[in-house]
Amino acid sequence: MFQYIIKRLGYTLLTIVIISTITFFLMNLVPGGPFLSEKSPSPAVLEAMNEKYGLDKPLGVQYKNYMLKLAQGDLGISIKKKGRSVNDIIAEKFPVSAKVGGVAVGIAIFLGIPMGAVAALNRGKFLDNGLMFISTLGIAVPGFVVATSLMIIFGVKLRLLPTFGLSSPLHYILPALTLAFYPMSYMARLMRSSMLDVLGQDYIRTARAKGVSEFTMLFKHALRNAILPIITYLGPLLAYVLTGSFVVEKIFTIPGLGGEFISSITNRDYPLIMGTTIFLAAFLVLMNVLVDIMYKLVDPRIKLK
Amino acid sequence: MNNKELLLDIKNLSISFFTPSGEVKAVNDVSYHMYDGEVLGIVGESGSGKSVSSYSIMGLISDPGKIVNGSIMFNNHQIDKMTEKELQKIRGKEVSIIFQDPMSSLNPVFTIGHQISEVLKLHTKLSNEEIKKRSIELLELVGMNEPVKRYSQYPHEFSGGMRQRAMIAMALACEPKMLIADEATTALDVTIQAQILELMVELKDKIGMSIIMITHDLGVVASMCEKLAVMYAGRIVEFGTVEDIFYNTKHQYTLGLLKSIPKINADEHERLIPIEGTPVDLLYPPEGCPFAPRCEKTMKICLTQMPGYTYLSDEHYSACWLLDKEKFEGEKGE
Amino acid sequence: MEENRLNTNPLSFHLKAEDFLPADASEKKELVVMRESVSYWKDGFTRLLKKKLAMTALAFIVFVLFFAFVFPSFYPYRYEQQIRGSEDLRPFEYSQEEQAKIDGGESVAPHYLGTDSLGRDMMIRIMMGTRISLLVGLIASFIILIIGSVYGAISGYFGGRTDMIMMRIVDIIYTVPDILVIILLMVTLKEPLKILFEKNEFLSKLGVIGPGLIAIFITFSLLYWVGMARIIRGQVMMIKEQEFVTAARALGASSSRIITKHLLPNCIGTIIVTTTLQIPSAIFTESFLSFLGLGVSAPMPSLGSLAADAISGITSYTYRLIAPAVVISIIILAFNLLGDGLRDVFDPKLKK
Repeated sequence: MFQYIIKRLGYTLLTIVIISTITFFLMNLVPGGPFLSEKSPSPAVLEAMNEKYGLDKPLGVQYKNYMLKLAQGDLGISIKKKGRSVNDIIAEKFPVSAKVGGVAVGIAIFLGIPMGAVAALNRGKFLDNGLMFISTLGIAVPGFVVATSLMIIFGVKLRLLPTFGLSSPLHYILPALTLAFYPMSYMARLMRSSMLDVLGQDYIRTARAKGVSEFTMLFKHALRNAILPIITYLGPLLAYVLTGSFVVEKIFTIPGLGGEFISSITNRDYPLIMGTTIFLAAFLVLMNVLVDIMYKLVDPRIKLK
Repeated sequence: MNNKELLLDIKNLSISFFTPSGEVKAVNDVSYHMYDGEVLGIVGESGSGKSVSSYSIMGLISDPGKIVNGSIMFNNHQIDKMTEKELQKIRGKEVSIIFQDPMSSLNPVFTIGHQISEVLKLHTKLSNEEIKKRSIELLELVGMNEPVKRYSQYPHEFSGGMRQRAMIAMALACEPKMLIADEATTALDVTIQAQILELMVELKDKIGMSIIMITHDLGVVASMCEKLAVMYAGRIVEFGTVEDIFYNTKHQYTLGLLKSIPKINADEHERLIPIEGTPVDLLYPPEGCPFAPRCEKTMKICLTQMPGYTYLSDEHYSACWLLDKEKFEGEKGE
Repeated sequence: MEENRLNTNPLSFHLKAEDFLPADASEKKELVVMRESVSYWKDGFTRLLKKKLAMTALAFIVFVLFFAFVFPSFYPYRYEQQIRGSEDLRPFEYSQEEQAKIDGGESVAPHYLGTDSLGRDMMIRIMMGTRISLLVGLIASFIILIIGSVYGAISGYFGGRTDMIMMRIVDIIYTVPDILVIILLMVTLKEPLKILFEKNEFLSKLGVIGPGLIAIFITFSLLYWVGMARIIRGQVMMIKEQEFVTAARALGASSSRIITKHLLPNCIGTIIVTTTLQIPSAIFTESFLSFLGLGVSAPMPSLGSLAADAISGITSYTYRLIAPAVVISIIILAFNLLGDGLRDVFDPKLKK
């Protein structure tokens, strides 16, 4: 187990290095540097700026410098937001995104799993069809459509919920629901098929043959097994919520890292784009490893390997 | 003639599965009874209804299966009229079952000990400590070394034979009146098979229970059972003591089965004779004898009419028109 | 004991001697009712036809294809055409100029969904947006299909060291957060592509599609084939153990022949299903990117960018958002449902 964790973490580090490298070269091979789009600065100014940000040195040297700084956790300085380090910006914005994302993950798990289980138990009945209709919609409707629909219905027409910023707990409802809708639906479908699969297993028949009640059979024998594959979805779930935040933060004007990332792209703030990409990628990859390790811990079949 | 108590009495049992493509008549008008302490073998090909008919003793027929006709009396309970709640009290306590595949029949996320204890928790009033003690005793009883260590292990840490032993321990936890062994040894290695069979016989005498052995292996049946039911296409085609079936065979299907077992002392050139053809499709059951298309001695009447039973003795009967032909010719000859 | 006996046969005087004559083989044969045997494909398609949901989805897809590729040719407006004076019209509303024409006896085609703030007809923009979204979905999935199945088949067929190295690469790409890299690639590829198109005579024709779209294809095909490759590899590893492959090898067939003639055709069910389910996910991602302003470049519309444009006027022109949103949801839903249906029919094992 310990060996496994070490090995996985090793691969993770490798992945992060590769992503950083790709990011670096992609950003630096783009013709037209970061200052080109600004209203034609004089060559002298341009040179001065390039020098300041170390852009006049050969690419190899720049790469070496960047990676060395990165190893110390330094992501550089934003070009457009004068004097602010990328680390600073991430430290300020990420907690905001994490809060909304956390609520969304909670909604997705605590609604999605019961939805799937209930649907499986009522297979073919009205409840099953209804729940599956909702979850099919959920995986088909893009996040921006969900976001805007919720905004129109609850914010504009019914005027029930705020649609702007994050100043009170009520403000969290719409963005979090939007973020949760797709993963919740996906989990419900996953849980349903997993549950149906488990209910057809021989050990469920054994449990029935023992005289176990319907309730115990479902909630003890079936659920424990059915939930295992769901754990593997937690990685992609986080990834979805994170990327979903790009759209949601834009629509609901939330000052989070997702919105910041998108605006850094439109602003061509290269250090910020690179820094955010590397940070988010590292975060996701690490989370995936944690989920994997958790899965191995929960499933007794893998425990001793 | 028989002072033993009637334990199981199945009368005219018919079970159908209502699938999207139609009604599959898995069990058709099956009747048999068993006395306390008897060992009955049910032999047949897969799909002959041997498993389904015995699951019904525990009320384990689930959607889309349904008992369409007949009655099942077990240990003074009318099983076919009982509710799920009432059935739960009997399952695992008065009647237990061991399934074919020990690999998939144990829940992978619970320890063996937990799964055995669960039965005791459900059906006895023992304290937690007593339950644990008893579970370990049971593991020892089924021949496991280091039962204390085994108690807290997971199924995947067990071999196939060990798992089947665990299944037996679980099944016998409450000392049931009857044990149903559904192909309990089929998935195991031959040497392990023998061990498990031996174990079952030994425990049967210790606890004093009855056993229904469901199998397609006549060899297993011969060594263990007192009586045999041969099933084909959802019907019992021949019923009798092991001697009746082996040495006074009356049904052509039984004969075919016997011819297809290899014998150790056979002549060098004696060949195994397979039964030609495939079993009938139970979605479209034939009007006449279901074995007619594969039988070597099919007669006109076999094609159109279902044969009834002919009794050769109280405990030996068979459904074959050939028996009626003999009787018919006998009467004409007089 | 007598009363306990089971139903016995009718008494012998009901029977006749002829009943006991042996039956001949043909009579016996007639008794055997066999279910009609049908080929894999025929069986699959008949079962698919019975799946109402999948067939409805297919009907929707056909309609959407017409909507995107045929209708625009007959439509009186063009997607980039800006009609002066006709800005921000509501559905079926006419501008003063147009009203004057109508009053003068001329016929003016109505704006079924009104016009946008630049005086462009919304209906045709949605048709074109649908076309773009579908093109992205279909072409990207096709590229993914080719790369993924060839890569997966090679990896699965050769196994051993080759497989290990090839799968390590897949694993690494798999762990890379796709959206982040796609965004990154989109941003960085757009500029060089633009320059490339301007310089190169031949490629400039491709430039019509726009560097944004090309960048989407490149990024999708760089990242999304790994899922397909994994699935095909698994299938191939299973199939290659079967006797007919050994037989082909024994007869001297080359590896490439075995892969193309024996292994891939046997994966076709899986390939079709995976591709069908890939289409909506590609469309999904494209609309997401376009919504963020990272996808296709103006004036070309995409369902995502149309929705994004509509956000600013959401309170007064809600339908501008609803129209593209509904179309894109229908497309994604229809492909998903069709894919689910195909999977049930052709590849039940894949069901997870």
